Amino acid sequence: MRKKSKGKLAFDVINFSILFLLSFLCLFPLLNILAMSFSDSTSVAAGKVLLFPVGFNTYAYQYVLAKSAFWLSLLRSFERLAIGVPLNMILTIMLAYPLSKEAAAFRMRTVYVWIFFFTMLFSGGLIPGYLLIQNLNMMDTIWALVLPIAVPVYNVILMLNFFRGIPHELEEAALIDGANQWKTCFKIYVPCAKPSIATLTLFSLIAHWNSWFDGLIFSNFPDSYPLASYLQTVVVRRDMSLLSLDDWKTMAMVSDRTVRCAQIFIGIIPIIIIYPFVQKYFVKGMTLGSVKG
Amino acid sequence: MKEKIKERKYSWGKFKRELPLHLMILPGLILVIIFSYIPMSGLIIAFQKFIPSKGMFGDQKWIGFDNFSYVLSLPGFTRALRNTVIIAFWKIILGLLIPIVFALLLNELKSRFFKKTVQTIVYLPYFMSWVVLGGIFLDMLSPSGGVINQLLTYLGGDSIFFLGDNRYFRPTLIVTEIWKNFGYGAIVYLAAILGIDQGLYEAAQIDGANRWRQTWHITLPGMRMIIVLMMVLSLGNVLNAGFDQVFNMYNTAVYETGDILDTFVYRLGLIDAQYGPATAVGLFKSLISTLFISVSYFLAYKFADYRIF
Repeated sequence: MRKKSKGKLAFDVINFSILFLLSFLCLFPLLNILAMSFSDSTSVAAGKVLLFPVGFNTYAYQYVLAKSAFWLSLLRSFERLAIGVPLNMILTIMLAYPLSKEAAAFRMRTVYVWIFFFTMLFSGGLIPGYLLIQNLNMMDTIWALVLPIAVPVYNVILMLNFFRGIPHELEEAALIDGANQWKTCFKIYVPCAKPSIATLTLFSLIAHWNSWFDGLIFSNFPDSYPLASYLQTVVVRRDMSLLSLDDWKTMAMVSDRTVRCAQIFIGIIPIIIIYPFVQKYFVKGMTLGSVKG
Repeated sequence: MKEKIKERKYSWGKFKRELPLHLMILPGLILVIIFSYIPMSGLIIAFQKFIPSKGMFGDQKWIGFDNFSYVLSLPGFTRALRNTVIIAFWKIILGLLIPIVFALLLNELKSRFFKKTVQTIVYLPYFMSWVVLGGIFLDMLSPSGGVINQLLTYLGGDSIFFLGDNRYFRPTLIVTEIWKNFGYGAIVYLAAILGIDQGLYEAAQIDGANRWRQTWHITLPGMRMIIVLMMVLSLGNVLNAGFDQVFNMYNTAVYETGDILDTFVYRLGLIDAQYGPATAVGLFKSLISTLFISVSYFLAYKFADYRIF
């Protein structure tokens, strides 16, 4: 190799700096919130906290964890994940398998695909969706949070395309061995598609955890909020009930700001925990459906 | 004759074989009919004087296009439409451009370790909800004690009320949206770059092409298909200004530049309980979006041979 020219070197340095800065900009807001949540309220108010806590303490977290509304909403979120994610996955598999068949092997296939695909093109929108839940008497129930998004059509299409890549011979061999469609689906296709299923499970998990608007509009009582909706009311909408003066605040151990930072950080803990697993798979999952070329 | 019997037998066998496939689809089909198709038919509310106590498909009074003309007379509607298109336009343009530039820069990095680290960090915000990010930006951009304004005043500038000033609200929305999504958006381009034949670069080096020319003549043409595809598919977002983001970042002071169709529908329908007019706005938005999405898929199919199923 020849020695690098000055121009090349300059480019490398600038490029490295730009990317370093971009990464820093992506990480800074999260680190800043984390640092403030562990700092004392006077240092936060004085603007002394950037990347590291000043006057380290855990009062803000103790304050958040002492609220019964927080625990109620967390429980609700877990309930939502426990029902919503398995429901998403079982429906995704049960839809993707038949729809992955050629039209010659399953005549109604194209009709079904269009019925599902059409929901990606057109929707009734907010008001009819809201009135439906109300008319079905589902307000404040967990079903309002899991059933309307039980069929993730986009995930079905990703899964369907993956199933299509599985060699036909496997299915034929299974048929000759006397396996029926259910067995072929769950004993042969599903084990082959483990990485895709893992990716889609993680995506469904994140979607349910992050989903906040449905919890907000499909609840008459704040007691039925999942955590994301609860956080929306306390961190973004800043409900007055939270701004009440109590012992903690009069003693200046916490401020509204440190409490909000703690709440925000608690809201992203699950994302950070599963993020390494997501990252392992998602590049594959993303390119799977979109660029088949 | 013999052949026909054979065929019919075959059909019966075929039906028996297809029956489980129908059964597998049934639960999903029922759910989609209830939770997607019934709301679609519920759009008829747009043409009714809707009284909630009579029920969704109750005996409502039909009023033709009255809801539409009422909505058009509201100053908030044209404002929301204008804001939606402007915000969505800039999000689409920059949302295409910046991930491409980022992917090219990342591709020039020699250190694999640094490349991986950068990727890990910049993908992260994509997975966070706008509730959390809205909370973070509300804090960071606050005119009293927010870290950004601290920096501005430290540098000798005036502090700016980013989320309360109509001059700054839209740019703030656009920048924070790009911040959240540019890393994730670059994945498809990075995948396309990986697919380029390495031999082309070797040949170019022998011919004396520098890195800039290699990018211009090899990398970019190699990404052409995916760039065209992403451009075409982004057409479907012309009326998607980002409800989650706006809802969690706007306030009454910036309705003038920040109120979008989705937030307008929310307030008109769920806060003011004007179901008919709100559904009319929703129907208007759905129809235009459907048109654009369909056209985008058609163009993608036509020019990039893109088939989603």
